[in-house]
Amino acid sequence: MSPARRYFAGGSDTTRSSAGAVRYGAGLRTLSVATIAVMTIALALVFFWAPLEAEQGFLQKIFYVHVPLAITALCGFVLGGIFAIAYLRTRDSRWDMRSYVAIHMSLIFGVATLITGSIWAKGSWGHWWVWNEPTLVSFLIVFLLYATYQPLRFAIEDPERQSRYAAVFAITAGAFVPLNFIAVRASSAYLHPRVLGATSNLPWQMALTFLVSLLGIVLLFTTLCKYELTVKHTRMQLRALRRLAERREDVTAGVAPTSRPRSAAPGVHATAMSANPVHPASGPASAERARRPSS
Amino acid sequence: MIAAVLAELPALPLHTAGKYVAGAYVVLFALVLGYVAIMAVRQSRVERDLAELLEREQASAAAERESARQEASA
Repeated sequence: MSPARRYFAGGSDTTRSSAGAVRYGAGLRTLSVATIAVMTIALALVFFWAPLEAEQGFLQKIFYVHVPLAITALCGFVLGGIFAIAYLRTRDSRWDMRSYVAIHMSLIFGVATLITGSIWAKGSWGHWWVWNEPTLVSFLIVFLLYATYQPLRFAIEDPERQSRYAAVFAITAGAFVPLNFIAVRASSAYLHPRVLGATSNLPWQMALTFLVSLLGIVLLFTTLCKYELTVKHTRMQLRALRRLAERREDVTAGVAPTSRPRSAAPGVHATAMSANPVHPASGPASAERARRPSS
Repeated sequence: MIAAVLAELPALPLHTAGKYVAGAYVVLFALVLGYVAIMAVRQSRVERDLAELLEREQASAAAERESARQEASA
């Protein structure tokens, strides 16, 4: 029986373990419901319970979305670095994919942070962007730094090197995030409004509303990451399955197997490897082995 | 019921900075919706590919069965 047929029948231990060991979709429904519930409560608290701020009035409501987004995005970048460390320690491509997804999602949250911040700046200061404000500019620098992450991945064709270099980038940039945050905080303690720490003077209603909003945004981040991991994992499994089927057809027809399409998404090679022990990009000898029927 | 709840809620001072606050929240929800829409398109592509692959496998299995039957009859 061919590997692809065994996959469909669930008869291969290798494919079964590779397909069944990781279930990214588990708990996604519960997480989604929790996210919607907390976000709804947060919005109700923001608009109908938290008091109006004395200076900015209603405009200050942007604070409850802008600051949690910024905190979540920065934590997501650091999390990407931590996952990258786990990848380098274990060489397990699942960590690489988690790192990739965390950074990807943080970039999206970073875009939202920059736009909501600009809107707040326009309403508060009369300008969309203020270049002499260190917090804004430092966040933009961090965002632009991470914006190079995906082009870096895409520029490297060899999947092993792609994962390794991306992990090194994620760790280095992840270490830069807290350093940058501390440096800016130390230099501009009186310029940008502070939320957390000794200088915080939020009334308890505002603080509670902020914490619920933060929880909602963190849950949103987690849900979307899990969603993306599930979709990516499904696509990878499908691609591996397709490759197995194509390889089997090539073997039957006596044609050399086709090469792997170039992709910045991590883990494709790993699934292909787990579905078939021969790595598609590991040289002519393995390509020769790959031509032989594996069953 | 909803109308009664809405009537009880305090009025929002939208005239002061309503457009900025609305803009900020709309941006967040638009990004999330856009992201979910992209993911839904990808998911539907996966579904289509899976159906195609399954069709190919079924055709291949049928051909194998046919050749096995022919060999047995021969």
